Amino acid sequence: MSKVLIKGNEAVAEAAIRSGCRYYFGYPITPQTEIAEYMAKTMPKVGGLCLQAESEVAAINMVYGAAASGVRVMTSSSSPGISLKSEGVSYIVGCDLPCVILNVQRGGPGLGGIQPSQSDYYQATKALGHGDMHLFVLAPSSVQEMASLTSDAFTVADKYRMPVLLLADGALGQMMEPVDFDKISFSNPPEKPWAANGHGGARKKNIITSLYLKPEELEDTVLKRAEKYKLVEENEVRYEEYLCGDADIIIVSFGITARISKSAVNEARKNGIKAGLLRPITLSPFPSKKLRQLADTASAFLSVELNMGQMVNDVRLATECKKPVYFYGRTGGSMPSSEDVYEQILAINGGMKK
Amino acid sequence: MTEKIILAGFGGQGILFSGKKLAAAGMDKDLNVTWLPSYGPEQKGGTCNCSVILSDGDISSPIISSPDILIAFNIQSYDKFMPRIAPGGMLFADSTLIDKKPDRTDITSYFIPATEIANEMNMNKMANVVMLGFFIAKTGLFDRDYFRSCITDSLPASKAALREANGKAYDAGVSYAEKV
Repeated sequence: MSKVLIKGNEAVAEAAIRSGCRYYFGYPITPQTEIAEYMAKTMPKVGGLCLQAESEVAAINMVYGAAASGVRVMTSSSSPGISLKSEGVSYIVGCDLPCVILNVQRGGPGLGGIQPSQSDYYQATKALGHGDMHLFVLAPSSVQEMASLTSDAFTVADKYRMPVLLLADGALGQMMEPVDFDKISFSNPPEKPWAANGHGGARKKNIITSLYLKPEELEDTVLKRAEKYKLVEENEVRYEEYLCGDADIIIVSFGITARISKSAVNEARKNGIKAGLLRPITLSPFPSKKLRQLADTASAFLSVELNMGQMVNDVRLATECKKPVYFYGRTGGSMPSSEDVYEQILAINGGMKK
Repeated sequence: MTEKIILAGFGGQGILFSGKKLAAAGMDKDLNVTWLPSYGPEQKGGTCNCSVILSDGDISSPIISSPDILIAFNIQSYDKFMPRIAPGGMLFADSTLIDKKPDRTDITSYFIPATEIANEMNMNKMANVVMLGFFIAKTGLFDRDYFRSCITDSLPASKAALREANGKAYDAGVSYAEKV
């Protein structure tokens, strides 16, 4: 099969099934309901299970149980629904279980709106649950990547035994673009000797828990997990670098806004301004090392986001404030045009932007 | 080359279908394409629209603020999107449902009574396909026969009657374009 024209949401669902995910638990919410629809249609055909839970909280706890039994499992929601899942996510981290969670972001806070947003960046990268914890966070910026990063998400989740969050938005979820599934490599689920599944008394029982009442025991698990996070940061950071080598002004942007920013970079180059784009594909861990290097060659950074300025602070930390870091964003479901972003580049270039 | 097209009308007029056919036809010609529907409460029995972008380069945003082409199937869509057509752009309107004419001289306007033509052929639901025939014939965006087969081949072979009806509706739009 060559290219198919498919919605971002459907691309995630299809890629999950091709990754060997056989369990999907979810609860409907715009703009990601096509995933549940696709799963409901397709899972029975491949011997899997799609279950609409009674709530987001129930869905994430079903994921918890399924992950503990060693199967590939996922859930999906949009911003308000993701907040509801956060307790379960923390338990899953506390048990070091692999799973995939998709957030097709909409504007917030509260019920907010249903149009695209990136306003859950802080939640995704800092605290999608209580405790000393991180998720591995991937940010697709095309429908092709909605599919390919879903495959990566399952691989990374199993490799490190940690939940992986795909952070998309309403535009990426709802839009159709061509996807070539043949270009994506899908991994087989590995053996999971730690899983709590039936074994007919053939081995010692596996216990999966996040409860450690002795401080030294709990500290030990948190320290071990921190070691794991270090390993993830060494091995799994991903980004796309576009014309950064000689760039004076580097835009840092992820997801849908990275595409808009790329157009603005091209426009700037046409007009003799040396602009570039650094697109983080992993938001956690953040490509800090790369940005630190770029801070030696570039003269300014511009973070473009669909929020009031969240990732911009990670850019400041990464570049150690060696160079000015500006912010431009729209929020509430509004989307900037490439002309809007280009104007920001012009303002920085002219030394006008404060 | 980049074409930004908005198709708009009522839910049930085949707006989203028509947009998908344009996007799929572009994909098969190795163009980059995006298709984005309006989504939300406004679709429930109300207006609906989709944005289609075809380009031989990268497509930055799937959202269209100022379309090169508007294909309008009701007066609400005409009122909302006609003023936003980019200078030098084109309007395609179903004149059965839209009795207004734009006062803009910087766009080219094409009218076809698509709903009336479809009704006369007892194909009430196919005004969109009549419009697509008219649109392709006027713009030459795709080869006429190629796009006709994109529509008919997308329908299952088991529904031969539906394929034939869609083909006929498309041809009616093409012939109307040759007359006006």
